[in-house]
Amino acid sequence: MSDASLNTNLQTQEAGFGDYFALLKPRVMSLVVFTALVGLLAAPVDVHPMIAFASILFIAVGGGASGALNMWWDADIDAVMKRTQSRPIPSGKVTRDEAFAIGMTLSVFACIMLALASNIFAGLLLAFTIFFYVVIYTMWLKRWTPQNIVIGGAAGAFPPMIGWAVATGGVSVESVLMFTLTFMWTPPHFWALCLFMKSDYKDAGVPMLHVTHGRKSTRTHILVYTLLLAVVAVGMAFTGVGGPIYLTVALILNGLFIAGAISIWRRDEEVAEADNYKREKSFFGLSLLYLFLHFGAILAEATLAPYGLGGW
Amino acid sequence: MGFQVEHELHKRRLGRNVGLAAVLVGFIVIVFGLTVVKVTRGDYEPENAAIQN
Repeated sequence: MSDASLNTNLQTQEAGFGDYFALLKPRVMSLVVFTALVGLLAAPVDVHPMIAFASILFIAVGGGASGALNMWWDADIDAVMKRTQSRPIPSGKVTRDEAFAIGMTLSVFACIMLALASNIFAGLLLAFTIFFYVVIYTMWLKRWTPQNIVIGGAAGAFPPMIGWAVATGGVSVESVLMFTLTFMWTPPHFWALCLFMKSDYKDAGVPMLHVTHGRKSTRTHILVYTLLLAVVAVGMAFTGVGGPIYLTVALILNGLFIAGAISIWRRDEEVAEADNYKREKSFFGLSLLYLFLHFGAILAEATLAPYGLGGW
Repeated sequence: MGFQVEHELHKRRLGRNVGLAAVLVGFIVIVFGLTVVKVTRGDYEPENAAIQN
């Protein structure tokens, strides 16, 4: 008997390398890499390119490890939600135990390697970020309170602070502001997604705001958080990481974002359903561009500063 | 005709092994690069021990 005569169904369930990589949530990792890189390059201390590259890589691995632990804990609800049903665990390609082992191993590995490559503070901050995402957000807040995404959003906001810490070995007003920008951006971004994902979270029993407080209240929350976000985003232009390029980008994007939030706030469910949540979807798309361009503008200011073009 | 039939399962396992090998080689290269940079800059000299970047 050759191996080829084994049960075909079992064979197709065996994971490939890409399935293990998918455990690390590559799309989230790309955001982590980009914001951490901006934090590192915007810091007023030069970092050797090799150390910068290795540090960003270990931050990415740490972010990926927390993604694997999130999938390990949330395997039951991932199997219910359409958006997450094709993830490696619910699709049967990777077991929960494997995800846990990979997540824990990579978490420890990434924190130790980051501490060795850059400094201990950066390693500890990465460890705290993983702890916050896995224990505070995934295990505690996510299934308990509709404010889950508000507080849990902090986990996704730490990478630029870690990048800054790699360069400086500490925290400063600028790095806290970069944290605040992502922190304030997360709720409107996620709530817009919730509005057009409809019953996914309700089916999984996750108390998202639109499930517990209704969709009208969620629309109001999106507007309020968007206004608060605009204050932070535009205010950052007048700090050490800001400048005329950033200010221009921030004014345009926040104008568009506020207009989108007002438009969402004024709509009722019947109208939204009639056009298949067109505005909610475009607001969500804009939110991705919003964060990318804000951090891109910070990067532009930092890159052009040595030539006398960036900053004030 | 060979005795062993190549199956999708084998391809997947090969992909996993090659992927893991690439990760391990990449890790060795990174650790080597970091070591060269840190030693060349004298990070481990007693007077520079506090400077880590």
